[in-house]
Amino acid sequence: MGRRILSSSIRTFSWRTPSVLPGFGITMGFTLVYLGLLVLLPLAALILKAAGFTWAEFWDVVTAPRALAAYRLSFGAAFIAAAINIVFGVLVAWVLTRYQFPFKRFLDGLVDLPFALPTAVAGIALAALFAPNGWIGSILLPMGIKVAYTPLGVVVALTFIGLPFVVRTVQPVLQDLDKEVEEAAASLGASRAATFRRVILPVILPAAVTGFALAFARAVGEYGSVIFIAGNLPMKSEIVPLLIVIKLEQFDYRGAAAIGTAMLFVAFVLLLIINLLQRWSRNRMGGM
Amino acid sequence: MRLRINPITETPAVKFTLLGIGLLYIALFLVLPVVAVFNEALRKGFGAYFVAISDPIALSAIKLTFITAAIAVPANLIFGVAASWAVAKFDFRGKSFLITLIDLPFSVSPVVSGLVYVLLFGAQGLVGPWLQAHDIQIVFAVPGIVLATIFVTFPFVARELIPLMQEQGTEEEEAARSLGADGWQTFFRVTLPNIKWGLLYGVLLCNARAMGEFGAVSVVSGKIRGLTNTMPLHVEILYNEYNMVAAFAVASLLASLALVTLVAKGLLEWRYGHELGVART
Repeated sequence: MGRRILSSSIRTFSWRTPSVLPGFGITMGFTLVYLGLLVLLPLAALILKAAGFTWAEFWDVVTAPRALAAYRLSFGAAFIAAAINIVFGVLVAWVLTRYQFPFKRFLDGLVDLPFALPTAVAGIALAALFAPNGWIGSILLPMGIKVAYTPLGVVVALTFIGLPFVVRTVQPVLQDLDKEVEEAAASLGASRAATFRRVILPVILPAAVTGFALAFARAVGEYGSVIFIAGNLPMKSEIVPLLIVIKLEQFDYRGAAAIGTAMLFVAFVLLLIINLLQRWSRNRMGGM
Repeated sequence: MRLRINPITETPAVKFTLLGIGLLYIALFLVLPVVAVFNEALRKGFGAYFVAISDPIALSAIKLTFITAAIAVPANLIFGVAASWAVAKFDFRGKSFLITLIDLPFSVSPVVSGLVYVLLFGAQGLVGPWLQAHDIQIVFAVPGIVLATIFVTFPFVARELIPLMQEQGTEEEEAARSLGADGWQTFFRVTLPNIKWGLLYGVLLCNARAMGEFGAVSVVSGKIRGLTNTMPLHVEILYNEYNMVAAFAVASLLASLALVTLVAKGLLEWRYGHELGVART
């Protein structure tokens, strides 16, 4: 008995707190092996392949004019799409939490469609809709707006893909928002618009910005839904993931690895930013 | 006296404008694409539709999609349960870092997710020469497709279960242990009943992505007709051959899968929302 107390008090100083529950060793071991073999090792292979370049060569590949044009399109279109979604996402979240209308539950569930619909299906569906003879394309064409097979098509596809993020981050915040705060603002003479701008907006802003960042991060790497509706012309309507695929098809494995590593780096930075935003969001929500 | 406006709701004009814009946005981006898929698929009638989906190459793509999901989903299910047991039921240093690593595949572009396996197992890859010497084909074959699918669906079950199990704490398991239950009994009789709906929820999302993944699989597949083509890849090939009815017919099967997934997900949230954890209520 004495020895057990001693050994458990020694274990408190180790890297984990002792527990009566079994299975830590085996589940943690399995987790680390599975994670290591299936995720970390392949990612290491990518970086190793890119490390075959010298710094100067690597820099030349990732800043080649064709690559720069692809970054401009991928980041630019992802930013515009996320910006569209932060506006309409807050609006849709508001409509879904505050108003009653027929088929509300159905439409609420439908918001997750871009998560569930395979990207290739979304891609060909959007291409069919926005093609010059499609339902939407044929309306836009007389106005002189061409969407399919132009950079605008990339924005449309990325807007579709990013649609759920802002809605799903803002919705729970609006649901938890205390009506009394709005009543207090109104009783102090604030107009509805002022209440929204000064009371509601500051509360939902961190969640909305988190949703924006999530939508942007997803859109930057998106491939399937974009390639069918983008023209895929080098320097004009070619996204970064497509450039990687083209390099692979030309057996330029190192070039593909270099651009892939650059994308991975961007993904890490975005992940870091999103984590910080979520912390900000939680802190804002903490008092509620 | 002036018309009194309820100060905590919008004027009807504002309300109906917002409602109109919101519903129009949902109709334009969510309803129309799904309607378009089925409309294009049935453009030449049901006969052409059934011919397209019963084509032997389409059937082999459907079969490969099911095989892939049948391996990837259980693999990530076992991983998800093991990882969430370790993460949620114990306290150790570096926990939040481990959770970040588990979530990592979600932040990686699908194309990069496929690329990493080509660079690891391909002819020019790290272990490629060794695999070739032993006549093992991973990339441009079914194992590569399965691996890429496991990568992109890696976090689904774990990220559903970790917050749920953290919220539930360890008291019930500790009670079971003190009453003499062994580890497996504790898991199957105490933990599993508590997490079953969350588990199903994670599996549902994992499966939808596994069957629908395009980018990662397209990079590792090699797209050999009838052999290494999954349904989404088959859709692409048919579409690029301007065989629109067939492309949208196969796409309509995937769209149906997405709709079934959404309905099942909605039912789980509606019926068992409180058992799916804080994030889902």
